[in-house]
Amino acid sequence: MKKSIFYTVLLAIILVAPFAFPDFRTQLATLWLMIVVAMTWDMTGGQMGYNSLGNIFFYGTGMYVAALISIGMVHDVGSYNNAARSELMTFTDAQYFTGAIIGIIGAGLFCALTAVVIGYLTFGLRGPYFAIGTLGVAIAAGELVANWDWVGGGQGIALPVYPGNLDVGKLFFYFLFAGTGVALFVFLKWLYTTRFGAAINAIRDDEEKAEAMGIHTLRYKLTTWAMAAFFVGIVGGISAFQLIHFEPLETAYQTINLGIFMVVCVLLGGKGTLWGPIIGAILFHVIKEVTWNYLLGWQWVALGALIVVTVVYFQDGVMGWLMHKKPEWFGIRVEQKEAR
Amino acid sequence: MDQILGNISLLFEFPVVNLKIIIDGVMIGALFALAAYGLALVWGVMNVKNLAQGDFVIAGGYVAWYFTRQGVPPLFGVPLAFVVMWVIGWVVYKLVISRVIERDLFTSLLATFGLAIMMAQIMNLMFGSDTQSIQLKYDTLYFFDGFVDVPIAKLIGVTLASSLAVGVILFMKKSRMGQAIRATAQDARAARILGIDTEKVYAFTFSLNAAICGAAGAIIVMVWVIQPFYGISYSIRAFVIVTAAGLGNLPGVIAAGLGIGAAEQYGAHIFGIGYQQAIAVLLLLIVLLYRLIQQRRVRQSLN
Repeated sequence: MKKSIFYTVLLAIILVAPFAFPDFRTQLATLWLMIVVAMTWDMTGGQMGYNSLGNIFFYGTGMYVAALISIGMVHDVGSYNNAARSELMTFTDAQYFTGAIIGIIGAGLFCALTAVVIGYLTFGLRGPYFAIGTLGVAIAAGELVANWDWVGGGQGIALPVYPGNLDVGKLFFYFLFAGTGVALFVFLKWLYTTRFGAAINAIRDDEEKAEAMGIHTLRYKLTTWAMAAFFVGIVGGISAFQLIHFEPLETAYQTINLGIFMVVCVLLGGKGTLWGPIIGAILFHVIKEVTWNYLLGWQWVALGALIVVTVVYFQDGVMGWLMHKKPEWFGIRVEQKEAR
Repeated sequence: MDQILGNISLLFEFPVVNLKIIIDGVMIGALFALAAYGLALVWGVMNVKNLAQGDFVIAGGYVAWYFTRQGVPPLFGVPLAFVVMWVIGWVVYKLVISRVIERDLFTSLLATFGLAIMMAQIMNLMFGSDTQSIQLKYDTLYFFDGFVDVPIAKLIGVTLASSLAVGVILFMKKSRMGQAIRATAQDARAARILGIDTEKVYAFTFSLNAAICGAAGAIIVMVWVIQPFYGISYSIRAFVIVTAAGLGNLPGVIAAGLGIGAAEQYGAHIFGIGYQQAIAVLLLLIVLLYRLIQQRRVRQSLN
């Protein structure tokens, strides 16, 4: 009963927020982006124990796939991307929206598929090798795409602007991000209570034992990563339409920005918990915006320092700290020693 | 595609081009090997995977560049970078690394990644984002009708790199501290019991690593260019080399370093200079996959 009230209030806040703070619509949309990527990183990093540094690969790939699908449905992709921005290639409203929806869903599906392929090759790697290998995949993809003229090369792709009122456009993207986030939350809340959730936790705790207990570990690892990649691909696709113009190295395959931020969000909030990534993403986003506004020029140094401090001194995160201080909130009973 | 085939056929029509590529590759590979040796040292002794390795290299380059601009002769930049980076390495060890040694592997990776971002940004703020280099006033030697050009500056760079490598190897083999480092790498607990102050050994090893990287960077700034954000590609190359060669395998590290240098030059010749970074990373993936296939356990199921 208490819980249903809590969730109703939360849902109301999500729905009202963009109307209550109309100036911050893009900010709030970015916050949802952070929440989604943090939660998906936690699926493999926190719940399954495979710390990937390359999940940004799916974000970039999602951007490109969504953009290419929506362009390809109407125009010739190669000539669109090399049109030197002088020949105007237009989209009608109907073409824009069908392209966006099909492109975003297609991006999710394509990323899930690539996750299976890449996962099949890399999931034999353990510990730091997995992290470095996936980081390598993301960097290599960015460099290769930057040299691929058919998709615009280093220039990137310029998508059409949202047709109609731009304020409505901001709302449209906010609700796309928020909808993905809520769907992901509901899905994960259910998933972590099932046998599947127990199985990936077993892989995290001891992979050899899990395998000996009859869990087909590779299958579980691939499925989890594919699900994470699906959601990252979808938010990547939405970002492509929200940002309008993106280029491979700094926006799409932004290894050192979003790629590392998502990990820090999870660590800040608490690894391997349902709420940790969300709390971490909100905290991180607020800190990021504050440093961006008040430490002009030094914001990146401050963020690097935040990463180091979080990792070195505060790795359990907010949730871990709460669990330690207030175990009864989490249904953990601590045997009290009787004072005599 | 035609261009790639053309580039390949060029290699067969003019075999001296191969020689030029290999000479260039070996020269730059020697510097990669230095950074990789430092990485292997830290990895082997204290089990810390340092993703800020490349940024130490670039920082060393900037130290040498800064002092040269102040009027110090360029060749003195190398020892200066060695000393300055030693101090920086020691500070970084005390502040960050000493707290992640005992933790799990991902912690050190992520902490040093954060460190790499910080260092790159600080250098960007201090020196600007333009590429920088030190111009040495030496001639260029030409062989084979000018097909092969070897700037004397590069020869000096390679000589410095190899003498530094020899110095470090002798130090590790002969000195008391070198012995202590090797003992700690073998078994830290046993070393502690035998009276080795492992905390001191760790601090020394990490500072030595930073200093080696710094000296390598000071050589790089004389023969190539540096830029605040080039660090990550040097880190990746160091990881490729160490992963391919294994820990504690010095001849392997040198061979892999020279090999990756040559492979990159060939790749840049065949596919174009834009792919150089991608080739370094793809080599990492190939090496990782190769190791994986090598070590693949046979999974058997009873049906």
